[in-house]
Amino acid sequence: MSIQDAREATMLGRRTDGTPVRRPLSPHLQVYDMMQMSSAISITHRATGIIWTGGAAVMVWWLVAAASGPEAFDRVQWFLGSFLGIIMLMGLTAAAWFHTLSGLRHLVWDAGHGYDIPTMYKSGHAVLIGTAVLTALTWLALLLSW
Amino acid sequence: MANPAGEAARPTILRTPLGRVRGSGSAKSGTHHWWMQRVTSIALLPLTIWFIVALATSAGMTHAEAVAWIGHPFNAVLLLALIGLTFHHAAAGLQVVLEDYAKPEWVKITSVLAVKAVCTLLALAAALAVIRLAV
Repeated sequence: MSIQDAREATMLGRRTDGTPVRRPLSPHLQVYDMMQMSSAISITHRATGIIWTGGAAVMVWWLVAAASGPEAFDRVQWFLGSFLGIIMLMGLTAAAWFHTLSGLRHLVWDAGHGYDIPTMYKSGHAVLIGTAVLTALTWLALLLSW
Repeated sequence: MANPAGEAARPTILRTPLGRVRGSGSAKSGTHHWWMQRVTSIALLPLTIWFIVALATSAGMTHAEAVAWIGHPFNAVLLLALIGLTFHHAAAGLQVVLEDYAKPEWVKITSVLAVKAVCTLLALAAALAVIRLAV
């Protein structure tokens, strides 16, 4: 086994019979079928985490504008109420609920439960259906209070 | 257990010889990053649901209403907690993504530092805004 860089060196180990083994790195983005329940939800969890960080930046904009005064605040409210703003907020709501539900699934795994394939598929479907339902409910509440 | 060649199994030792002689162990922080990611996620569950529900049920707030809502002590305290935990969790999560996929090494280190800087500044700006409206 040849070592290509410093990171590679930390991946070299030996099996109990002494033969060398290269431990797996983070999932390769091209060689696997990424549309399986396992990998698709895993990569979407990361993607929605990144998207939600953008959403957190919007929250900062909203808070800072409120503290700056009515003019700055009206600008944010105008943008968030515009067509583009509403599409963005709908995407953010879906990303937030997905990341929340998928995160709960991760916490259950961390506690040592739900690792078998049938349960993994069931909880995966639950995350997808739950995201759709909770996103719809959030926007229903929003429209009713508008 | 011996392999067919008769070689004894040798575990990979990553500690330096000097470290072994001095008896210095790990820094006892091996799982700290992972653990904090879980702790903040548990704290963020109720906080985020509270924030989403609060905003969803008060769409189209006027400036005066927003100032009153943010400045209320109960909301201000929860908002400060939400801000701190959100950006701690976000920075930790983005760091792991970058550590996995950003290459070469200098890009990885620079981008992780940049993420930490931006997250810290965003959190401070948001906290300042809340405190200005609350006190």
